[in-house]
Amino acid sequence: MGRVVLKLADDISTDVIYPGRYMATVLPSETPQFAFADMTDFNGALKAGRVPAGSVIVAGKNFGCGSSREQAVSALKGHELTIVAHSFARIFLQNAINLGLDLVTAPGVEAAAGDEILFRGDTVVNETSGNSFPLVKLPQARQAIIDAGGLIPYTRERLLHAKSGDSHN
Amino acid sequence: MGMTVVEKILARASGRPGVRAGDVVEPAVDLAMSHENGALVINQFFEIYGGTGLDPMVWDPSRVAIIFDHRVPAESAKTASNQKKVREFVAKYAISKFHDIRGDTGGICHQVLPESGYVRPGAVVVGTDSHTTSHGALGAFAFGIGATEMASVWALGTVLNVEVPGTIRVDVTGEFPPFVGPKDLILHLIGRISAQGANFKVIEFHGKTIASMSTSGRLVLCNMAVEAGATSGIVPADGETARYLREEAGVEGPQQATAADPDATYEQFISIDVSSLVPQVACPHTVDNVKPVSEVAGTKVDQVVIGSCTNGRLDDLEVAAGILRGKKVARGTRMLVFPASGRIYAQALRKGLIADFMAAGAVVMNPGCGPCLGVHEGALGDNETALSTTNRNFKGRMGNPSAAVYLCSPAVAAASALEGVITDPRKGRN
Repeated sequence: MGRVVLKLADDISTDVIYPGRYMATVLPSETPQFAFADMTDFNGALKAGRVPAGSVIVAGKNFGCGSSREQAVSALKGHELTIVAHSFARIFLQNAINLGLDLVTAPGVEAAAGDEILFRGDTVVNETSGNSFPLVKLPQARQAIIDAGGLIPYTRERLLHAKSGDSHN
Repeated sequence: MGMTVVEKILARASGRPGVRAGDVVEPAVDLAMSHENGALVINQFFEIYGGTGLDPMVWDPSRVAIIFDHRVPAESAKTASNQKKVREFVAKYAISKFHDIRGDTGGICHQVLPESGYVRPGAVVVGTDSHTTSHGALGAFAFGIGATEMASVWALGTVLNVEVPGTIRVDVTGEFPPFVGPKDLILHLIGRISAQGANFKVIEFHGKTIASMSTSGRLVLCNMAVEAGATSGIVPADGETARYLREEAGVEGPQQATAADPDATYEQFISIDVSSLVPQVACPHTVDNVKPVSEVAGTKVDQVVIGSCTNGRLDDLEVAAGILRGKKVARGTRMLVFPASGRIYAQALRKGLIADFMAAGAVVMNPGCGPCLGVHEGALGDNETALSTTNRNFKGRMGNPSAAVYLCSPAVAAASALEGVITDPRKGRN
């Protein structure tokens, strides 16, 4: 269960999530300080540690549109946030899967800041309003990367597998 | 059952007789491009190899391209150090397609790749930049990926678990009216289908207007396909593609062209007649907030930008210089021009366009991404308004969250620079 700490509209771009002027910062240990840097109140709450791990951001359609910058994902992951959106932009979704950011696609989800959200099987439950919303499961090919712990271990496994294949030849 | 262009490319690249939208494939990569964010790719690449006991190895250094463009010359010690780290990696791993900060071979990745002949019809191109979609203009399947995914490509030479995208077919007919062109067409399309209208899909462009359009114009269309959410845009290779490769990219010999089957399956059909199209402007703060120029004409503009991977090519500069020649940029308006590559800069010099810009009062900057993403060069002041030929107008995009960015064609940008307000370029010119 997590509390909704931020409610956002449709088409939230990576420029809003992680402004371009911080792109020279790449390390996942350093990017979280710039999450939503131009939303100064929320960024301040994040940096002050007032947003507990597992907190939820609820957004509309096309969350993460725009740039392929991976900092937009590592910055949110650094704060251990869960993103629930009506839909995600393709590159952001793939980056989130690759890095293990927790996200949930729920096309009709309705929630306000302060609501308590619960994930139960195939539904998102808004405990505050009492409403449930169906969530869309990831295709198996993407789930496989999550199950491996992200793209780095997934690729590592493939490399080692190829290597052991070589030695049998 | 017939295949779309991208289905055919993915079937070939994954060694299968045929694929359909929704299939999961692992295509071999023909070209893997990064820019400054190569610094992060390098970190993730070594992370993959950590603990495996294997020596880190780039699968094929001749297929890796790295082009510095986002922050050139470096705006900070941090960027300079990232660029230095990438140079060291390039030398150690013998990455052959490396374009450093140079006046001759440097420029924006989405111009350097095509003009260097790196992009071929039918190829699978991935890039750690969302506008990698541009290269569909040469009949390649080109799409943006993140840095970790690129590290995986460097290690394996394939993209893992790619879902074959469905395709939207866009047929374009009619002749562009004066001062209306490819930028207006793509803005119109994005406004029509929305910023999510093509999410996870490919936009395949067809029709007489596309057939007679230069590769430069096709690059504009495919570049901005991502602003409708598309995985990529693609123009099937044709005679113009062959001409471009031969005459402008120095590529000899016949090219393999991949055409869509007549009975290919499309998810959606869209027809556009451009003969009645008017200049379009994307208004703050989303790219699909598109209006005819007449609806926003008169809006005061503090800064005009011409350039970027969308509209910094020679034909763009020619259109703008033609409007500015012998006239002056309005007082109270700054105008910045960024040619897309060193080669284009040199061509513009020879044609006298740079002199035209300077005489009009514009500042001509070095090739690169410039102010497009708000990192350096040409940031906006509080509550200022920019009119730009770039591709994004999201809040904060040009470095200031209180500023507003409008997107348009080079013709609208140049005409507006003269007046200091958004202006229909057809006014008094037809």
